[in-house]
Amino acid sequence: MRYPVQESAPTRFRHTANTMAIDGIDRAAKKLVLTVQDYSLFAHHAVMNLFRPPRYWPEFLIQSDIIGVGSTSIVLLSGFFTGGVLALQSASTLSAFGATAMTGRFVSLTMIRELGPVLTGVMVSGRNASSMASELGSMVVTEQIDAMRALGVDPMRKLVTPRLFACISMLFFLTIVADAFGILGGGFVTIFMNHQDGPQYFSSAWEALRYPDIVQGLVKPLFSGFIIASIGCFYGMRTSGGTEGVGRATIQAVVTASVLIIFVDFFLTQILLSLFS
Amino acid sequence: MNENPASAEPGPSPLADATPLAGPTPVVAFRNVSIAFDGPPVLEDISFSLGPGETRILLGPAGVGKSVLLKLTNGLLRPDEGSIMLFGHEISPMPEEQLFALRTRAGMVFQEGALFDSLSVRDNVAFQLIQEGVPDDEIDLRVRDALRFVELEETFALFPASLSGGMRRRVAIARALIHQPELLLYDSPTGGLDPVTSTTIIELIVKERDVFKTPSLLVTHRLQDAFTLCTHRFDSEQGRMVPLPKGHTDPNTTFLMLEEGHLIFDGSLHELLHTENKFVREFLE
Repeated sequence: MRYPVQESAPTRFRHTANTMAIDGIDRAAKKLVLTVQDYSLFAHHAVMNLFRPPRYWPEFLIQSDIIGVGSTSIVLLSGFFTGGVLALQSASTLSAFGATAMTGRFVSLTMIRELGPVLTGVMVSGRNASSMASELGSMVVTEQIDAMRALGVDPMRKLVTPRLFACISMLFFLTIVADAFGILGGGFVTIFMNHQDGPQYFSSAWEALRYPDIVQGLVKPLFSGFIIASIGCFYGMRTSGGTEGVGRATIQAVVTASVLIIFVDFFLTQILLSLFS
Repeated sequence: MNENPASAEPGPSPLADATPLAGPTPVVAFRNVSIAFDGPPVLEDISFSLGPGETRILLGPAGVGKSVLLKLTNGLLRPDEGSIMLFGHEISPMPEEQLFALRTRAGMVFQEGALFDSLSVRDNVAFQLIQEGVPDDEIDLRVRDALRFVELEETFALFPASLSGGMRRRVAIARALIHQPELLLYDSPTGGLDPVTSTTIIELIVKERDVFKTPSLLVTHRLQDAFTLCTHRFDSEQGRMVPLPKGHTDPNTTFLMLEEGHLIFDGSLHELLHTENKFVREFLE
């Protein structure tokens, strides 16, 4: 015959705490899976809209202007000063080996392969993922999205798809701007602060570049652009809870987009390096 | 603005494959509709219909599910159970793509107007026409007509941010009317407005009802507005709302009342005033 085991109070408390912790993890995991599922459907819908009419080309041009032209100054400045810092740092290290002539090569390869795309992605994410999330979020909480649906217009087509493709295409060109100004910034530091030979800097920067480096640098912004717009619009369109919800959606959009850009960059670099090695 | 919307020829319907009901059909029909959002049902087992030329006023305290019911009517929300017929089509299982086409036949006035901040009053009112590629000259003409109807022609080039709350609602009414809808949905059109502005909005709704005779579903928690709608008519000769003779009410304006997600009343003003339902009596008092 078996007797029921009487649990002591601390044991019962421990069991309750464990159950609560497991429930919490369970809820968080389910929420995460649900969010990923919703995001995948959202992104799929946004992409597929490009292949079915109606297409809103004026909205695409407006968003290209907002994202592309509007972000040029921050991308240009961040690229220029990042290139400058790279030249400063590398020159001091390379001089120990008597290899300061390699500064141009170092700056151009680092900017084009890695820093140009990632930095541009993060900068544009800070500016545009936040603006998309807050703009669409405000439209959700003030019922403007419902009003658009009630007027027979699909907000995914009118608001999300143009932002997505404008962001992808503009990030490509912004990355080229960041790369160019990064190399110029490095050149400025090399010539006017390190007092080294300018033509040598630019010729080593040019000669170091190979076709795979350019491809690597220009494939990444396509992914970053997709991440910025899809995440910004996704969090904006699922905003709830009034103005506080808009603030929450904006923070989530910027954090998620920035982390995802770096995360995806890591895997893309691995894939592209193995492809071109 | 065309004052005979019934004569407007409907465009080719993308809903040709959907099967409409046989015989005379109500414009809107709810059958045992229920909906819940992560909790107890917001609406449960709701059934009612709205016939051609009818105006139904949906009464109830705040948070009882009135706006949810209105959004179910044109498919902005989907019910968990039951069926909703709109213009003779079952919309509950209808794909969103088909719903967009059906919604263009109904106009909706949202609680705060829901005007697009980035667009001028002209572009807000003309939103549907712009999407349809109507020529600019015709758009300007129709927008001015719609704004004249709500007596806001001077706001043509302004942006929503520079309008007062009452003006925003009136522009929203103009936006809902410009496409000559076959159904109008008003979501608390006088909510948060002062009594004078509320009367102006109600006068516009009465004018719309008596001039265009568009079937309407109006949500409100303000009894005064509901009673004004029922006891007044629009006099075209005087160009203003006048009271009906004492003891008369508009026969096509009737009431629905919600309590905690259930429809507890469906009838005329006379029936509403003489009902024995305790909740209705408390609400009226």
